Order: sequence, then C-alpha cells, then structure tokens
Amino acid sequence: MMDDMGAIFREEVRDLLESLERGLLDLKARPGDMGLINQVFRDLHTVKGSGAMFGFTELAAFIHEFETVFDRIRSGDLAAGPDILRLALAAKDEIPGLVEGLPDPEGQRAAILQGLRAIMGGEAVAEGQGAGADEAPVAVGEGPSRLWFRLTGAALAMGARPEIVLDELRGLGATQVVADLSDLPPLDRLDVEACAVGWAMEMPAGVTTAQLEEVFLFVDAEWRLEPAVQAAAPVAVSAVAAATGPATGAAAPAAPAGAAAPAARADQNGTTLRVPAERLDALMDSVGELVIVEARLTELARQSRDPALMATAEQITRLAGGLRDATMTMRMVPMRSLVGRFRRLVMDLSDKLGKPVNFSVIGEETELDKTVIEKLADPLVHILRNSIDHGMETPEERAATEKPREGLIELSAVHAGAEVLIRLSDDGRGIDAAKVRAKAVAKGLIAADAVLSDAQTFALIFEPGFSTSEQVTELSGRGVGMDVVRRTIDSLRGSIEIDSKPGRGTTVTLRLPLTLAIIEGLLIEVAGERYTLPMASVQEIVELPPEKAVAEGAAEFLDIRGRFVPFLRLRRLFDCAGEPGAAQNVVIVQSGEVRVGIVVDRIVGTNQTVIKQMSKLHADVRAVSGATILGDGSVALILDVAHLVGMGRASGEAGAQMREMAA
Amino acid sequence: MSKSVLTVDDSPSIRRMIAMTLQEAGYAVTEAVDGQDGLTKALAQPFDAIITDQNMPNMDGLSFIRALRQHPQGKGVPVVVLSTESEEGLKQQAREAGALGWMVKPFTQDKLLAVIKKVVG
Repeated sequence: MMDDMGAIFREEVRDLLESLERGLLDLKARPGDMGLINQVFRDLHTVKGSGAMFGFTELAAFIHEFETVFDRIRSGDLAAGPDILRLALAAKDEIPGLVEGLPDPEGQRAAILQGLRAIMGGEAVAEGQGAGADEAPVAVGEGPSRLWFRLTGAALAMGARPEIVLDELRGLGATQVVADLSDLPPLDRLDVEACAVGWAMEMPAGVTTAQLEEVFLFVDAEWRLEPAVQAAAPVAVSAVAAATGPATGAAAPAAPAGAAAPAARADQNGTTLRVPAERLDALMDSVGELVIVEARLTELARQSRDPALMATAEQITRLAGGLRDATMTMRMVPMRSLVGRFRRLVMDLSDKLGKPVNFSVIGEETELDKTVIEKLADPLVHILRNSIDHGMETPEERAATEKPREGLIELSAVHAGAEVLIRLSDDGRGIDAAKVRAKAVAKGLIAADAVLSDAQTFALIFEPGFSTSEQVTELSGRGVGMDVVRRTIDSLRGSIEIDSKPGRGTTVTLRLPLTLAIIEGLLIEVAGERYTLPMASVQEIVELPPEKAVAEGAAEFLDIRGRFVPFLRLRRLFDCAGEPGAAQNVVIVQSGEVRVGIVVDRIVGTNQTVIKQMSKLHADVRAVSGATILGDGSVALILDVAHLVGMGRASGEAGAQMREMAA
Repeated sequence: MSKSVLTVDDSPSIRRMIAMTLQEAGYAVTEAVDGQDGLTKALAQPFDAIITDQNMPNMDGLSFIRALRQHPQGKGVPVVVLSTESEEGLKQQAREAGALGWMVKPFTQDKLLAVIKKVVG
C-alpha cells in the first residue's frame, strides 16, 4: 500500500511544485499579496505534511524551515523581499531531488537553509518540536487511586462521548464507577448540549497520569486523580472493632461471625420465624405512617425543585415501597389456616344431618392479609353451614333426582388482580327465588309488585332479618342472619354475590381486597375536596359528554361502548354548592358484576392510600369507608365503592323502569 | 453497519492513505478535497467522525468546523484536525472552533486507527 502511496505522493508533489513556482514568481510581481503568500505557505505545508507521512523525513525537515519563513511573512514579521524569493525558488528546485532521495554533493541545501536562517535574523529555527517529549509516567501513590472527571462546556456538541471515555477507563481497570449528579441542574435549567454529569471511580494501583492524559486527549474534560482514601467500609469496621474490643474482650472478633452463621443456617433450612401478631400490626402502622410522610416529602421535594432533594425523596419512595411490600408480605397468611377448621365443621355437620358431603378445597395456598383471614372465618362458616343445612339435600332426595348420594361442596380461593375471589359452591337444591321473594314480601322488604332479577332476589337473603329456613335449626338459625355475613364482608371492603340454579346448586362468591392497610388509590376532586377511590375497583375514566354536564332527572346513563352504565354525580350526592368546571370526568368503578360511573370534577392522580378507620361517630356514614392522609397533610375520605355501586344500580334500575313505562 | 468517516484533505496522497487505512479496518470512507467540499458532504449525510486537514484552499479546517457547528446536523459529530503544527495555539483554536481532537502529521496507520477508534468507539 505504501508503494502506491509513494507514487501518488510524487504526483502530488509535482502538482504542488508547479503551483509553488507560479506563486513565488507572482509574488515577485506583487510582494504584498496575502492570497499568494497564503497559497505558497499552504503548498509548502502540504508537501511537508505529506512528505513526513510517507517517510520523506529529510524533505519534511528541509521544507519545515522554508515554511517557517513563509509563516513569518504571513504574520507580517517579514516582507517577501527579492532575497527571500530567490532563496525560496532555489529551495523549491531542491525538492524533487529530496523526493527522489538524491544526495546533495555540493551542499546546496545546507547553503539555502543557511541563507534562510540569516534572513530570519540568525536565530536558529527549531526543528519540529513534535508533540513534546513524553514525560516520565507518573503513578499516583502506591495503592489504588480515585479518579473524577467531568466533560466541560461544549464537549458533547464537539462529539465527545463519555461512554467511550468510560470504556477506555474500564480498559485501564476502573471499577466502582459512579455518576456524580451533584451539579445536575433542575430540569428547567438543563442545557441539553452540556454534560452535567460527572463520574468518579476507583483506578487500580499503577495507573499513571500519562495514561489518563492519553484517555482524555480528545475530550474537553476536567479530571483529577488522587490517592484513594482507604476504603470507607474497612475503616469503619476496624473502628468498631477497636471500640468494642476492650469492652467485650477476646470474644469480640468472633461474635459477629457467630451471630451471622446461625441466621444463614436458618435460611438454608427454610426455618420460619414466629412473631407475635401485634408486632406485625405495629410494624404495619409504622409503615403506614412512613408512606404518608414519604408522600409529604415527595411533594415538598417537587415544590423545592432541588434535584438532590428530589433524588433523595425518590430513593425514600422506593425504599418505603419496598418496606411496605415486605411488611404486607409478612402479614400474608395462606387460606390453609382456615381450611382445617372448615373440614372439621363439614364433617361434624354432615354426620349430624345425615348428609354425606365431599368437601374439596382449591387454592389452600392462596394468601390473604392476616386481618382479612381472621374476619373471614365467621362469614365463611356461616355460608358453609347454610349450604349444608339448607342447600344440601338428603341422600334420598339426591338419589331421586339422579344426583350422586354424596353431595359436593367446593371452596376455592384464587387471586384476581388486587383481589381474592373466594367461591363456595355446592351441588345442592339451589335457592328457590320465588320462595325468597315471597318471604321478602311477607317481611315487608320489598313491595309485592317489585320487579327483581334473580340476582337481586338472591341479594335479599343478605337483608337484615331475612331467613329462609322454614324451621329454625339448631345449626344455622341462631338469630344471626346472612346480613351479618354481608356486613363483615363490607367492612373488609369486599363484596358478596349469590348465583343459584334450582336443582343444580348455589355458588356464593366473595371478593376481597388483598390487604386492608394500604391500597393503591385514585385521588379525585369534587368541589375543592379530595377523595380517594380504591384503584382496584376503578375500571376506566372517561370524560363526561358536554350534553350531560347538567344533571337531569333521577337516573342518568352513559353509553360506554354500547353498554348503558348508570352514573352518580358526587356533587349532587354530597350536596355541594357551586358549579362544576367545564370538563368533568367519570370514573367507572366496578363492584361484583356491576359497573357504575362516578362524576368528579377532576382526577388528581394515584397515591398510596394508607387507610385510617373512621371513628365510631361516623360508623353510620355510608359512601365513605375510611380516610387517608395525603402528601400535603390534608385528609381525603375514601369512598365506599360497594355502596356507591349499590346506589348507582338502584338509580339505574329506577331509570330502566321509567324507560320501560315510557315505552 | 460499518461506521462512516469523512476525510477532508487537499492532499490526495494523505486522503488516499487515510481512506485506504480506514477502509481496510472496515470503515466506510468519504473523501472531500477542501473545507467547502467537506461542508457540503458533511451536511448531506451523517458521519460517525470527520478527519480534516487544517491548511486547505477555499476553506481551511477550522473554518470548516465552525461552519459545520452552525448546523444542527453538524453538532455532535466528532472532528479530528490533522496538522503538522503542534503548538498549543492551534489546539486551542481547534477546540474553540469545535474540534474534538487533533493528530500531528506524520502519523502511522496504527495511530490513525487508534485515534478513530477513540473517537468513534
């Protein structure tokens, strides 16, 4: 390749020499012409540069002095007088000989250089000084060192790439590279073309400043290399050892190792730690408080626009989230702990009633918050009793309807999003809707001509004072009706549904939130007040169509993709004064199978809702299931979705009836 | 995809030498004969790096870089200036014009490849 290059170079020199000669001759006629001076300089420069590139060092050295003269002419130090031009032309004539490597027997070249130097005022023209001799490599200290660097000014716009620098530093053995964000300005003051991030890292022993200069050669960067402070951790450890040493004597060094080892063994064996439940409750309370304070901190950090504070707040948020999840996980108890009790109950009942029952459980390992599990026991026992007592036929009845003699009761628990679905189904006689209806009418719960769907009819079972058992049995009829079940499930922010087919059996479905302590909430605003809706029940958010902006009539519907969904206006429900803004939102919430829209002024956002129970004074306040403290310290009420959905459904049914009548 | 380099030099021999060296190493090389030509080519398509001589007719290296940096598509392209001078003055001027680095002639093919690798990654 270099041979080819030599040929190209020779041709190039021929062209340049022609240009040079023409330039020098023209310069004789027009000595002050800067354009010509520049052209001559450039030609010389190119011959020198290319010559040096292709190994014509003698040529390059010769032209260097020639070029220096023209550089001084260019800068006005010298005038391009006749003497200079004569020497220059003579020098030019030497160039082909230098290119061909011909000797200089008469010392022509030396004479020309001598002449040039004389013109330059006798001062010696230094040979090309090169890039400066490499300094002796200087290593910083004996041990590892710390390097810090940051790109300066317009380095990024100039094409400097910090990742390449970091790669090169890694090549030198850099470890523990951390970004230094201390000079990161707030977003609104961020210069996108500047690099505000610095980097700090450990460099191994023996790295020299010369090596680093090489790395930073092409990068406009501030950097410094200093001996590493002995790593902080070992220092701290030895300080602790020194402090505890005298106090605990010779046993001290062994103690930490001894303490750590059993813990590790316990982990390997999968040992479980038993902790009193109240400690977990206390922990959960503290975590709840922490989540509230964290929200407050995040809010303050956001307002301050201080990046360091914001970064810290973000870390706290992450840590608090992790702590919250860990604590909640600790409180999770598998359904299995309940199921044992149920098995015994089913066995006892079926013996007593002479109704053989096969009890199967699916999802024993499904976990629920300890509190939920505790509160769930009684309602489930109640439902189970009802199922065996009322739902299950005797073996003779079953044989007559071609069912197996042995009845089947299935309990299943599965996770569904942030909820747990608990289903208790039997293959018994089912619930007789007509019977339930008659009873409800007799008890005055519904009007004789009320139009109810099956689901609505079955829901009557949960109304206070309702009991379908014709004779009060020793087992299920203890004056405690299914209404207690419903109330307990409500208090757990769950819902309950019954589905039954005559002759085929009944399924009771409980939907329960995974946890009671902290939920993901959707913060909304109505008439300047903030409320929280449990995110788990929020299906979607739509805009209230402008034509519905003003309330009309009792029941209102929204067309959500072809399905009519009744909606409630919180402003109206809460009797708020004033007018809503132009754009209202509708939050579609679901409880059980029912969807209802809730009209709000504004969606604020999501938040971690730490649930605070309402006082007993507020026990009768429906529509609100608790309260939470927001980041700014204010209180937001938590809306009871199950109740709102119930109201929405009631108003929706009223509306549907009205429409039927109108039709 | 191979990285692309634009080499701007009025000296055909240097230009060829750079082009051949880089092409052998797998780079796609475009040649320009002076600053003006370089600017036209640099703005017509993106390059991963530009190597430019300083002393050139029509438009010299530093003017080329200054003009290049005026254009949005000309920002952030690493430019290496070739020069036979090694004075701090030129380095400083080159920096101010927006050059990332410089390379002193004469250089070896290995040096050229090392510099390009340093700049392009």
